[in-house]
This record gives sequence, C-alpha cells and structure tokens, in this order.
Amino acid sequence: MGYQARLRVWRGDSESGELRDYEVEAEEGEVVLDLLHRLQATRCPDLAVRWNCKAGKCGSCSAEVNGRPRLTCMTRMSLFDPDEVVTVTPMRTFPVIKDLVCDVSYNYVKAREVPAFTPPEGLEPGEYRMQQRDVERSQEFRKCIECFLCQDTCHVIRDHAENKEAFSGPRFLMRVAELEMHPLDDYAERGGDRPEESRGEHGLGMCNITKCCTDVCPEHIRITDNALIPLKERVADRRYDPILRFFRRKKE
Amino acid sequence: MSAPTTTSGQRRARTLRTDRWWLPPLGTALGLSAFVIYGLVRTFMNQWYWAPDQHYLAPFFSPCLSEACVPGASHLGTPFPDLAPWVPPPVFVLPFVLGFRLTCYYYRKAYYRAFWAAPPACAVTEPHRRYTGESRFPLILQNSHRYFFYTALLVAAVLTYDTVLAFQGVNGGFGIGLGTLLMVVNVVLLWAYTLSCHSCRHLIGGRINHFSKHPVRYRMWTWVSGLNGRHMSLAWASLVSVALVDLYVMLVAAGAFPDPRLIN
Repeated sequence: MGYQARLRVWRGDSESGELRDYEVEAEEGEVVLDLLHRLQATRCPDLAVRWNCKAGKCGSCSAEVNGRPRLTCMTRMSLFDPDEVVTVTPMRTFPVIKDLVCDVSYNYVKAREVPAFTPPEGLEPGEYRMQQRDVERSQEFRKCIECFLCQDTCHVIRDHAENKEAFSGPRFLMRVAELEMHPLDDYAERGGDRPEESRGEHGLGMCNITKCCTDVCPEHIRITDNALIPLKERVADRRYDPILRFFRRKKE
Repeated sequence: MSAPTTTSGQRRARTLRTDRWWLPPLGTALGLSAFVIYGLVRTFMNQWYWAPDQHYLAPFFSPCLSEACVPGASHLGTPFPDLAPWVPPPVFVLPFVLGFRLTCYYYRKAYYRAFWAAPPACAVTEPHRRYTGESRFPLILQNSHRYFFYTALLVAAVLTYDTVLAFQGVNGGFGIGLGTLLMVVNVVLLWAYTLSCHSCRHLIGGRINHFSKHPVRYRMWTWVSGLNGRHMSLAWASLVSVALVDLYVMLVAAGAFPDPRLIN
C-alpha cells in the first residue's frame, strides 16, 4: 500500500548546498533509490544521482541514508517508519560534484599506487595453477564492488581530510592484502615488500581497527579481521618482532 | 601523483544518524570501567584470595609470586620479595595480563570508540583536530600484542593448574565444589579468548601463503579462525568470568558463605 514518504535530500554543489524536504509517493517493497528516481521524474528533473544496476552489484549509488553510509538501491523504505523523515546525503568523505554525486577520483589515484599482481616469471595468463585453499583468502576480497562506502566511513580520512595524502583507506589496504596473500604473487621476489609499503606508502599504521569499514560493507567482506589485521601482523613480523625475524624463512 | 584532498562542500552536523549510536560506546565504557575499578579495589584489598580448605586461588592473584602471599597460595614459589604493604602480589603479574587485553585488537576498537571517541561510532565525527592513529608513539606500541599473547599463554596455563588443584576435597582426596565448576568455566573461556586472538591466528598459520604445503598449520588456522570470529564475545565473557570467579573466591575465603560441595 502506498504512502507519502518524507525525504530530506542534500541539494547543492562543491561550493554550497542545503537539505531540502520533499514528499514522495512510496510503494510497498521500494528502496530509497526508487524514491529518488520518482522525485527526479516528478519534481526535481535536475536532481543528480549516480546509479546503474539497482541490484547492489555495481557500487554506483553509494550515499548516506539517515547518516549511515549505504547503497541506496539496497536500502528498503520498510526500514523506516512511514512518518519518519529519511535524510539522503552524499558521501561525506568526498567532494560533492552535484547533489548526491561525489568526485571519487581519490580512490582511483590510490588504486594506481598499489603495484599490480606480479606472476612468476615465465608464467603466462592461462597457466596459473593454484589450490583453492591457497587462494580463497584473496577471493573474499575480490567480492568488493568498489562502492567506496568503506572509504567514506573511515574516520581517518572522513574526519581528517589532511590524511588523504598519506592514507589509502581500507579498500586499497585490502587490495594490498589480497595481493600479499596471493600464492602466485611474486612481487617480493622482484624486490618489493607489500607489507612494508602498506605501512609506509599506504599509511596502515593510521588504521585503528575500529571496524566501521567492515560494518558498512554491502558485500559483508570482513575487511578488518581478514585483511587489515593480518596485514598489520605481517608488518609486525618484519618490523616489530625481532625474535620472529631471526627465525623467518625467506618464503613460506 | 597525489590524491585530491579537497573536502566536501557539505559541512553539516556532527552526524545525521538518527539511531541511538551512543548506546554501544556508553555500554562499553561502563563495562570496562566497572572491571578496572573492581580490579583496582581487589588488588589493593590484598586479602581473601586463597581459600585453603577448598584450594581455591583467586584469578587476580594467580600466580602468587611474592613473599607477601599468604601460606599455601604460592604454587610456583615466591621469587619476588615482600616490598611494601602497598605493593600487593598481583603487581608482578597483572601488567602482563592487562597488557594482553589492552593491546588486543578487539579491545582497541572498544576503547578507541568508548573512551577516545576516535570515532565514537561509525559516521559520527570525532572531536580531535589531528589524528595519526597507531603510527606514532605511544600507540605504535600496540604492535607488541604478540609478546603479550605469549605471556597470556603462560598465565592461562597457570590458571589451568590452579583449577586442577581445586579438584580436591576439603578433607583431602578428590572433591568438587561450586567454585571448582566456576573455575573450570573461567579457564575454558580464558583459553578460548587467548587462542582466538588475532596474533595467534597469524602466528599459527595466517602468515603462510601456501596453505597446501602446510596442511597441519592450515587445519589449526581454520580452527583458530572459527574461534576468532567470536573474539569479541569471548573477550567479554572471559572478562566477566574472571571477575565473578575472583569475587566468589573472595567471598568463600572471607567466610561470607560456605562453598556448596558437590563431591567431597
């Protein structure tokens, strides 16, 4: 049964903006993105919303709903009371381009700073062979849809924009962990050291493991427990554990 | 190439969250504060930690390594002298136990949120003007967690020994009292918490990239990973159980009530 939902939507650009109130028809089973589309179709044709798949798989429609980072296509209106005001704002960590659309280029810059997967010399694509148990840790991180909600909620850059230079955020630290744990990654053999780079160039030490990235991940990746903490432990192996370093074999 | 650092044009309220986001950090702050206050009071109370008839030693005073320990309470000798009345026996052991909890990845999250508001909750602005996380002194010392893990293994082993000793009758022989059962529950929870630690998970197998070459370590890593998923629950359960068993032993040792004996 339909009802008039009360939406409060951020309207503005990189210079200024404000929250504006709207009443929009809501039908049973609809999600926040449906209402934004209806608002766009009926009252605000200039409302800027980024979206694509409407299935929680493209990561385009990230925003903040009642202050919580979410995919608007996966946020059911039935979560809220019919008379509750539902506030939709753009991701706070990134500069606004217009309305709910942010400039997320920070993430692409950071992505380029992670050295690519380095297969063993002489092994061509199609010749990779590995056991499932060896690669399944890295596979969990491949579920990432790059919605950047983890980056948005991470207080290291959300509340301290000055840290953006030194900190790559959970998404790209997870990418380092994915490659570091990959059984066929030969980066270390070529003189690289992903854990040390995660500490130095990607600012792993700034992460204080408060788990907000894990809490908001729509793919339920255990970013903190399975990527960030194991990476911190590998840094500890190399840098803060003289005893283990003494016993360490070159490659396990 | 450097990342753009422009902040969003949207400067809004501290948070737009409408739920009671302050409730979990408040609960954590109250829970941890209660434990710390109890621990301090109990440590400096410095009595009623050994129930000789039942062979119960309070976990806060185990191992009792000081010459100040009451007769019978020192199962492992007394290598430390009796320095002063205000230096009770737990002073020699508690720093290691507390260090393990203080550097634990779960507790770090808990107290960073509850006491330091960094952040108080997800998507709630923190009050600090600067932030360097665990990249500088003193928080860089959190990387010593694995060393505290090693000492926590020793302490858990000692508490296991204390629990075995508690299976004695009041008049000798085999016996089980309510306190014995509580000590068993406590030691099981302590082992589960200690072994579910992230450092343990890493050292036992997480640092390996080729699990298929190390099937035994892979199996152990799988078990520890299962426990690790419950690390938060185990952290709280073991914290409460330590305090409760300590309180129970204190009450029995003080003669507040007799220990119900199931087998004597």
